[in-house]
Amino acid sequence: MKITLGTVTHPGGSRVNKTGSWRTASKPRFNHQACVACDVCALVCPEGCIFGTGQNTYYANEDYCKGCGICAEVCPVHDIEMIPEAGEDG
Amino acid sequence: MVKVEERDKFNDHLLASGHTACPGCGQSLAARLVLRAAGRNVMVVNSTGCLEVFSSKYPESAWEVPWIHSLFENTSAVAAGIEAALKITGQLDRVRVIAQGGDGSTADIGLGAISGMLERGHDVLYICYDNEAYMNTGIQRSGSTPYYARTTTSPPGKVSRGNWRPKKDVPQIALAHGIPYVAVASVGYPMDLDRKVRKALSIRGPKYVQIHVPCPLGWGTAPERTIDFARLAVLTGLYPLYEVENGELRALKIPKKVPVEEYLKEQVRFRHLFGKEDRKKEIAEIQGIADQNIEKFGLIVK
Repeated sequence: MKITLGTVTHPGGSRVNKTGSWRTASKPRFNHQACVACDVCALVCPEGCIFGTGQNTYYANEDYCKGCGICAEVCPVHDIEMIPEAGEDG
Repeated sequence: MVKVEERDKFNDHLLASGHTACPGCGQSLAARLVLRAAGRNVMVVNSTGCLEVFSSKYPESAWEVPWIHSLFENTSAVAAGIEAALKITGQLDRVRVIAQGGDGSTADIGLGAISGMLERGHDVLYICYDNEAYMNTGIQRSGSTPYYARTTTSPPGKVSRGNWRPKKDVPQIALAHGIPYVAVASVGYPMDLDRKVRKALSIRGPKYVQIHVPCPLGWGTAPERTIDFARLAVLTGLYPLYEVENGELRALKIPKKVPVEEYLKEQVRFRHLFGKEDRKKEIAEIQGIADQNIEKFGLIVK
């Protein structure tokens, strides 16, 4: 780690923190069936880790997703589900 | 150094991923939405608080815009200085200045400096993220803590019913300075928040915007229900969303009155009001505050 004087750092340098390892219980699954591309999930994600450009293209970057579940809660068509971290069988 | 995998034209990620806020943090969401509205041509001055701590873990920074942190109380003084320097070098047309802090630095510690900044007429947008206690240091009560909320310094018990003083009305204090724009927003209504920040930045002179941000840790709420609680606070009338532009008041109307119990009962900080002995009187008092707000701001169309 290179130490600089003061706290002058690279913009957006926090991206080296893979906060996805914080998830303990569940992660979002985007079903890609009823999506209407309203963009609300991407808008309200506190991590800003949901991306998508049109219907049924949205996904969460699991490197950063902390599994809070807000996206599943706000989705107007209930197309996002929280599934156990270990996967469907876990 | 860091591979920036996705950049976007909507400035959605000026507060980058990888910050160390709790899951479901309302403040990190609000900060991201504010920058989304403000764009790249801003300088941000941050006070001490959760936002500063989780976004600037040494040696990293989640900010993609120029960002400065000074002492707890002098956010507005630093912002005023930056604005004065931009003005004298003729660059104020190209860069906007945002000062931001939590409710502790706004309502209690930095109030003097904010008042000075508003009174001197600096072209700065002050944003207060109101999570209703000092969450960073472990949930102590602040001037902005609502009636009967449990904090570590206002614990409920045999004698105490939690915080025994009403919430300090900082937007009205800001308004009393006669500044051109004061607004109250909430993360529960992201597009309303977006519009208010854009509007504030389009106006010259001092502006004050207060944003209600639920804190899952301090309020004892489930992380996934952050948006729900922000919306319930508005729908009950406890957190009226309004804006005052040049003395003209406009409030966001609510469809119908939701009883305050809906908002209070699932939060750990109000759980003592729903114990074995029902605290009907306290709940009625909180309902009274909500009714007063509905009346005062005309929240329900008759």
